[in-house]
Amino acid sequence: MSARALNWLRANLFYSVPSALATLVLLALAWKLVPPFVEWAFVNAVWRAPDPSACRAAGSGACWAFIAEKHRFILFGTYPYAQQWRPGLGILLFIALYVVSALRVCWRPWLALAWVGGLALIGMLMWGGVFGLPYVENERWGGLMLTLILATFGIAAAFPLSILLALGRRSNMPAVRTASVVYIEMIRGVPLISLLFMASVMLPLFLPAGVSIDKLLRAQIAMVMFAVAYLAEVVRGGLQAIPNGQYEAAEALGLSYWRKMLLIILPQALRISIPPLVNTFIAFFKDTSLVVIIGLFDLLTAVKVALNEPAWSGHGIEAYLFASLVYFAFCFSMSKYSQRLERDLARGRRHILRED
Amino acid sequence: MADAPIIEMKGVDKWFGEFHVLRGIDFSVARGEKIVICGPSGSGKSTLVRLINRLESHQRGKIVVDGIELADDVKAIEAIRREVGMVFQQFNLFPHLTVLENLVLAPTWVRRMPKREGEELAMQLLKRVRIAEQADKYPAQLSGGQQQRVAIARALAMRPKVMLFDEPTSALDPEMIKEVLDVMVELAREGMTMLVVTHEMGFARTVADRVVFMDRGEIVEVGKPEEFFAAPKTDRAKLFLSQILGH
Repeated sequence: MSARALNWLRANLFYSVPSALATLVLLALAWKLVPPFVEWAFVNAVWRAPDPSACRAAGSGACWAFIAEKHRFILFGTYPYAQQWRPGLGILLFIALYVVSALRVCWRPWLALAWVGGLALIGMLMWGGVFGLPYVENERWGGLMLTLILATFGIAAAFPLSILLALGRRSNMPAVRTASVVYIEMIRGVPLISLLFMASVMLPLFLPAGVSIDKLLRAQIAMVMFAVAYLAEVVRGGLQAIPNGQYEAAEALGLSYWRKMLLIILPQALRISIPPLVNTFIAFFKDTSLVVIIGLFDLLTAVKVALNEPAWSGHGIEAYLFASLVYFAFCFSMSKYSQRLERDLARGRRHILRED
Repeated sequence: MADAPIIEMKGVDKWFGEFHVLRGIDFSVARGEKIVICGPSGSGKSTLVRLINRLESHQRGKIVVDGIELADDVKAIEAIRREVGMVFQQFNLFPHLTVLENLVLAPTWVRRMPKREGEELAMQLLKRVRIAEQADKYPAQLSGGQQQRVAIARALAMRPKVMLFDEPTSALDPEMIKEVLDVMVELAREGMTMLVVTHEMGFARTVADRVVFMDRGEIVEVGKPEEFFAAPKTDRAKLFLSQILGH
């Protein structure tokens, strides 16, 4: 072993007695846990199986064949099998929208139009009933596609509303301010689950006879109402961090309230709010799994239902690991992206200062 | 109308909560006049200036700017702000915009000037404050003196009738004060109506038509700079001058 490697070990793993102990304990744990996991998940795993009995053979590890068998159900729920290319295309469209929005060169007014168009297109694909696409009622939507719909439409609707609510909470008009505070505090004071229950059970009671809003839309509205309150507080935090001088300078130039906010205050406030905003987005993405309690068929529910088939029962670990991986992939990308964005914006500033 | 004062204050009072910051202010400014306002800190001089573009509101009395009375009417306030430029102690440039964008923003959005025309005007003004080569930089890349000159140019881009300066050199390092004052002297020579809150007595002697001395929310003394500095009439002004000139 070279002297450099030894130095590295000493500096990073054995720089004190407690650190040496911690290193040893963790090594021992890894020794105990990693090989069996690798054996189970990869070496002895059953990747493909003509029928479920292959997974039941003695000594076999993880049954990934279960995921291979059920992946379309997990992705698309009970959407008609022959039409599943539609939600498939929908998922790709969603991902394309995410990627385009992540690129800073695309931060132009047309991006908003792309979102409106993209979401309309996804709705058309999913419902059908036009251009020869058979109509599919949204009771049959499910799986990952439903999760993405709830999360994306939810955030797309909640974010602009939350900005209005945050401005409302800081408004000079007492009525607007009070209404905003009451809304935020009320929503934050109840769990999301109870909001979902209310949307599915209570809301129909208040609607006039003959008018009904479908379950998906009710759930979506409840989730938006919830997210708006949390996002508004994040945006308000950003607004409060902008020095008073910025407001005064904008006012002194004769800018009206909305121009002042849109051109001067919000661009700065939202920029500094990126970390907590992304944090809230991630939480919201995972919270969509709560729609299970009102009988919607999101990713996690689809996984659970897939497990109900007796022939494939007993593969819960594989199923939930897979679901976790899907959630993780989306949330981790968001988190990584926000870190990069923060660094880029910060580097812009530092670079600027170094130039002088 | 040309002879009517551009700013007129009659019996103006203002309180911050219990604190009576301005007491019975009667004051008017003629078109083209240059006024320097000085006084100890807490004397209400900044507040007086900020009343003129309604960054602060008064509770009693009457303020008329360019023929429009200042009250709660938002449209009237915006109309006045279009005609009154302001330069702040802390510059308050918009950090997310380049120097050029800082200047172009208000003329294009408020005056509805075409973008090209706005940029030409901006470059012309940046040349005037001798900073045209920095047009594409961000405010954080500039020194304090440069930022304050950009702030002056930004206010001028609205082609205001009056310019307010609220301690424009107080936040600057000493070596940068002159470059900002030079720009202000030039502006004064071009005939701009100016109200300047400052302790730069050299500037006051050079350009001021009148010096206004304030203390404890009142206008204590108003006079021509040569008279005010040579022979202040009140004890409070004498004390103040001895304090700021004494070291």
